[in-house]
Amino acid sequence: MVNMIRRGSYAWEPFLNGMATERSVITIDGMRIYAACTDKMDPITSYVEVTNLAGATIHSGSASSTGGSTIAGTLDLVRKKGSFGQSALNGMAFTGFETNNKQKIVGGSLNYSHPKFFTDVDFTIRDAGNYRAGGGQEIQYSQFTKYNISAQAGYKIKKHQQIEASLIYDKAVDVGYPALPMDVSLAKALIGSVSYTRHHISPLISQWQSKIYYNDVTHVMDDTERPNVPIRMDMPGWSKTAGFYSMLQGTSNRHDWKANLSGHYNKSLAEMTMFSNTPNEKDMFMLTWPGVQTYYGDLFIEDKYALSDKWNAAFSAGLAVHHNNIDNQFGLQSLRIFYPEMPGSKTRLLKRLSASVRHDAANWIYTFGAAYGERAPSVSEGYGFYLFNSFDRFDYIGNPDMRNEKSASVNASLAYQKAAFTAKINGSYFYIDDYILGRPRNGLSVMTIGAYGVKVYEQLKYATILNTSIDLGYQITKEFLWTGQLGYRRGTGENGLLLPLMQPFTYNSVITFARKSFSADASINGSSSHTRYNPQFGEKGLPAYAVFNISFANRFKFNGAQALTLKTGVENLLDRNYTTFADWNRIPRIGRNFFINLIWSF
Amino acid sequence: MELYTLNGKLQTGFNNIFFQIKNTDGTTIDNATAFWIPEMNMMSMKHSCPYSAISKAKNSTSTYMGFIVFQMAGSESEYWELNLNYSINGKDYTIKDRISVVEANRRVVESFQGSDSKRYILAMVEPTAPKVAINDMKAVLYRMDGMMNFPVVDDFKIVIDPRMPGMANHSSPNNTDLVQGTDKMYQGKLSLTMTGYWKINLQLLDSIGTVIKGEKVTETNEGSSIYFELEF
Repeated sequence: MVNMIRRGSYAWEPFLNGMATERSVITIDGMRIYAACTDKMDPITSYVEVTNLAGATIHSGSASSTGGSTIAGTLDLVRKKGSFGQSALNGMAFTGFETNNKQKIVGGSLNYSHPKFFTDVDFTIRDAGNYRAGGGQEIQYSQFTKYNISAQAGYKIKKHQQIEASLIYDKAVDVGYPALPMDVSLAKALIGSVSYTRHHISPLISQWQSKIYYNDVTHVMDDTERPNVPIRMDMPGWSKTAGFYSMLQGTSNRHDWKANLSGHYNKSLAEMTMFSNTPNEKDMFMLTWPGVQTYYGDLFIEDKYALSDKWNAAFSAGLAVHHNNIDNQFGLQSLRIFYPEMPGSKTRLLKRLSASVRHDAANWIYTFGAAYGERAPSVSEGYGFYLFNSFDRFDYIGNPDMRNEKSASVNASLAYQKAAFTAKINGSYFYIDDYILGRPRNGLSVMTIGAYGVKVYEQLKYATILNTSIDLGYQITKEFLWTGQLGYRRGTGENGLLLPLMQPFTYNSVITFARKSFSADASINGSSSHTRYNPQFGEKGLPAYAVFNISFANRFKFNGAQALTLKTGVENLLDRNYTTFADWNRIPRIGRNFFINLIWSF
Repeated sequence: MELYTLNGKLQTGFNNIFFQIKNTDGTTIDNATAFWIPEMNMMSMKHSCPYSAISKAKNSTSTYMGFIVFQMAGSESEYWELNLNYSINGKDYTIKDRISVVEANRRVVESFQGSDSKRYILAMVEPTAPKVAINDMKAVLYRMDGMMNFPVVDDFKIVIDPRMPGMANHSSPNNTDLVQGTDKMYQGKLSLTMTGYWKINLQLLDSIGTVIKGEKVTETNEGSSIYFELEF
């Protein structure tokens, strides 16, 4: 369901159902965060650390979209969190090393619990050099260094009432993006929240949770490290978001319901300064995100209803008010060069609906769902000013006059389980009205030296995206488990236009062996050749590939709760030089890479 | 008597000039009429330049103003003089003094011979404070009929093509060519997509569209032979 679009080793962009981040809502513990980079170098997922995530909650389309109005779906990153309990202090320390890019990882966490209080603190440091693709080719500008510290604390006011506070500080420095013409000297985010939760309010209401949050992202993109550029440029960006949500949940009879009121305010600003090659000439300055304010308010309800023990149904509906305003006079006047009559603000109403049914039989589970969703154009799509896309090599201009993008989708799945065998087939189909896409506009002069032309965001009458996947599992013996996945997507627009970044036929197959504290797995992942690509977006065809990986893990127990886990293995065992459909500008992926991780918990 | 300009100096191109006439006791005169004639003293000849009549400045009782378009700077040996004649209560006075005219930092005036063999002077009036926006652009156009006679040229058109030579000749959209307004000046719209150094390539067309001077910017021709410059 999720593809990761790679622009380097760092900050991959999650594509839900084959759609870019503009079409999905990505949250961290329910908090909306707006990226601060005009080049998508900092998807929200880059501001958390994998090691402190408990998981990711993914919903397809607008089903269960508490986070806001969406088309592709929602992705909520849920961090690990302590709990109230017996007075105890435990923690862990971990370290790791990878041979290919000399990545060094150090981290640790401390968790204290108490009947009325809990706190967690964890930190991670990662530092990597350039990686080498299969065959040993060094990929320049693929290094990164990242620091992440996160802390949470909870206090029980009284029985069934608690407050929590949380803070994430994430800082990456010297991050290279081999697929892009620029790198990042600094990307930092401060993400904080305070929440209040009450349980068992009445027989009808089981939980009421309210959270207020604030985050501040700074992103400094420049080409200082690149030896040969037509012109030196700095492109910093800033994004600040403040928001809240207040969610009621309850169960009654055969209903399991949820109501969420949420809202947020964001301001996104990005600028570009170019330093003339002619001495004593003044710097060239423009706003690439002209100080765009977004005010967003949302009401969402969901009801899951058990019709019988075999039939379940779910309904959800949401209504949002979305308001954009350009409060920066310089920015507004810049955009009015293209749109002289453009007002400084725009209000939209965004509606969403979903319904699904599920039938459980002896060995079979069927689900069927239909959904409708709308979204507003993103900051770049609505208000971007000469944003260079290094894949198709066009400068992009936003379009503030666009209508909402609308999507009607259906999804179905069929799951079968018998004894040791499981199989699930999944499919979804999106019909997207007024699909937002940059189209070449003749007669406009490029800003970026060497760009092929200028694209202005416009709306295709429609586009369709089909997603399919098959998951298989077979418990061969008590110790051996085989799992396999197959996936395929198709994206087509009006007049047969092929949408970019669509996954060809891909597969992976894993054999896992587990006995007591030892586990091992061997996996193969690969793809058919990539032939349904679109050169208009800079894409090229790709040959098929297959990559092998193996890993081993063992957990050694010591006194009490102390344990040491050792994980080691090798990725891309055969050192294949390969590139996938999801690699921006077709940079090859990492070659053979041995890794070792040590985790000591106490 | 003191002359004032916005930046405190006289320079090549279009200059708005203000002055007050004071009595010896320092009080200002508010009932004078005045006219001026700028004169360039060259080694071999004298000539004037385009200039306006003098009127009272807006919202002022005793400040007088007009403009002068200097097509060249002065030097030690070749210098500008200003003849200022004014009358107060029917009594005429004359002042004649050397004035220092310096070369503007950027090209803001073009003096050339057109394809019709006539000489023209074209000077930029606006924008004086350019912005990243669609700016109002203004220019004045005169013909040189002899050394002392510079009539306004009517019904021509000034085609503009702003470019950034430092950015591979990037140009901007939604520019409007300059046509004559009611105040006899030529007016249009100039889009500037970023700060920095801009070269505004010009073509002068007569009332039937014949090119009098200037060339189109193309892949092979980086700029016109007549242009203005802006840097902000």
